[in-house]
Amino acid sequence: MIWDWDYALEVLPKLLDALIVTVQAALVGFVIALVLGMLIALARRSGRLWLSVPVGALAEFIRSTPLLVQLYFLFFVLPGFGIQTSPFITGVIGLGVHYATYTAEVYRAGLDAVPRGQWEAAWALDFSPLHTFRSIILPQALPPVVPVLGNYLIAIFKDTPLLSAITVLEMMQVAKIEGSETFQYLEPLTIVGLLFLIVSLISAVLIGRLENHLGVLRRI
Amino acid sequence: MFLPIEFYGNLLQGALITIQITAMAGVLAFVCALVAGLARMSSWRPVRWTAVTYVEFFRGTSALVQLFWLFYALPLFGLSLSPMTVAVLGLGLHIGAYGAEVVRSAVLAIPRGQHEAALALNMSPALAMRRVILPQAVVAMLPPFNNLMIELLKATALVSLITITDLTFQGQLLNTATLKTAPIFMAVLVFYFLIALGITSVFRTLERRLSVGRLKGMAR
Repeated sequence: MIWDWDYALEVLPKLLDALIVTVQAALVGFVIALVLGMLIALARRSGRLWLSVPVGALAEFIRSTPLLVQLYFLFFVLPGFGIQTSPFITGVIGLGVHYATYTAEVYRAGLDAVPRGQWEAAWALDFSPLHTFRSIILPQALPPVVPVLGNYLIAIFKDTPLLSAITVLEMMQVAKIEGSETFQYLEPLTIVGLLFLIVSLISAVLIGRLENHLGVLRRI
Repeated sequence: MFLPIEFYGNLLQGALITIQITAMAGVLAFVCALVAGLARMSSWRPVRWTAVTYVEFFRGTSALVQLFWLFYALPLFGLSLSPMTVAVLGLGLHIGAYGAEVVRSAVLAIPRGQHEAALALNMSPALAMRRVILPQAVVAMLPPFNNLMIELLKATALVSLITITDLTFQGQLLNTATLKTAPIFMAVLVFYFLIALGITSVFRTLERRLSVGRLKGMAR
């Protein structure tokens, strides 16, 4: 078996097109994870037990079960409730909700690291809780956890091939279709692997830079 | 909403396969993590670079892409592995790459004084590592390894895409046969959650056993 360069060059543009879908799915999923994760983190910190206990239990459940099964669940069950969405939307929601349970933990670590005195001082200055949270606590809690959140963006990116199982035409699905047409799986699958490697290594370097940058900011 | 009792047998069969793959890949991952983690700290450059390449490569690409590559592309080089071997090998190597970082950080967290004391007692570096450093580091490795094992459990759902009849695959078979989608996938998720709880309780026990006599002031 030899590597077929002609075939590799033929499938490369199709895979690059699919890379765009992959990146879109990762980014949209990440945005959902960022927003929903914060809501989960806040709900779990809430003093109201009727809110914090069920949300905590559900997040724990989602975090320790496979994304693939959750995707199937959404894909097959949502239409049963009359919600008709494209596979892409379903997949992105699945990714976002799954990783929200991870980002919630990251936010929690960030929020826990802000000293209690900050809350008390803001309280003493008659700030409302919302105002305190927005302009005192968050600006201190977020910068240290930005690199960790960045790592989850890479993790989401690497989980996007799972969307191929629910028929989203991302890189993996396109590679499989190309492979099944010609019975040459080596080239498309290897290219997909390399593209993943390249994008995640570049992102890892960028996140490292961001980490250094934030470190500098904090020291000033 | 609940799944009729006669379907639980199939899911249980699938769950046994899932547990089997998790256990075997877990052992492989632990061995890889230990070897690669220690090799990354080697003073011999080729060894260090091999370990870095392994870790970055397997962390940088998607687990599904790795499985597909082993499953579809490797036979083209004349090396055909059974689906089960591909599953254990692929997932073990993937999780092992993450574990290598856990091993490294746990060993680096052991105070230098322990190293120096072992040297002063005329222990060889290998003996010091085996008898002094590792026993202490292993305790610190357990909580992150617990998380990794749950990641591994979740990743085993991917093997359903390379024709292994694991828990997820059984769920899909039942789904196509009965179309009771919501209860089936709910039951599958609950099975995974219960296995995850089982893994956590094993690690809690290990942690208790291994930290006997180490609680007061040693290492940390």
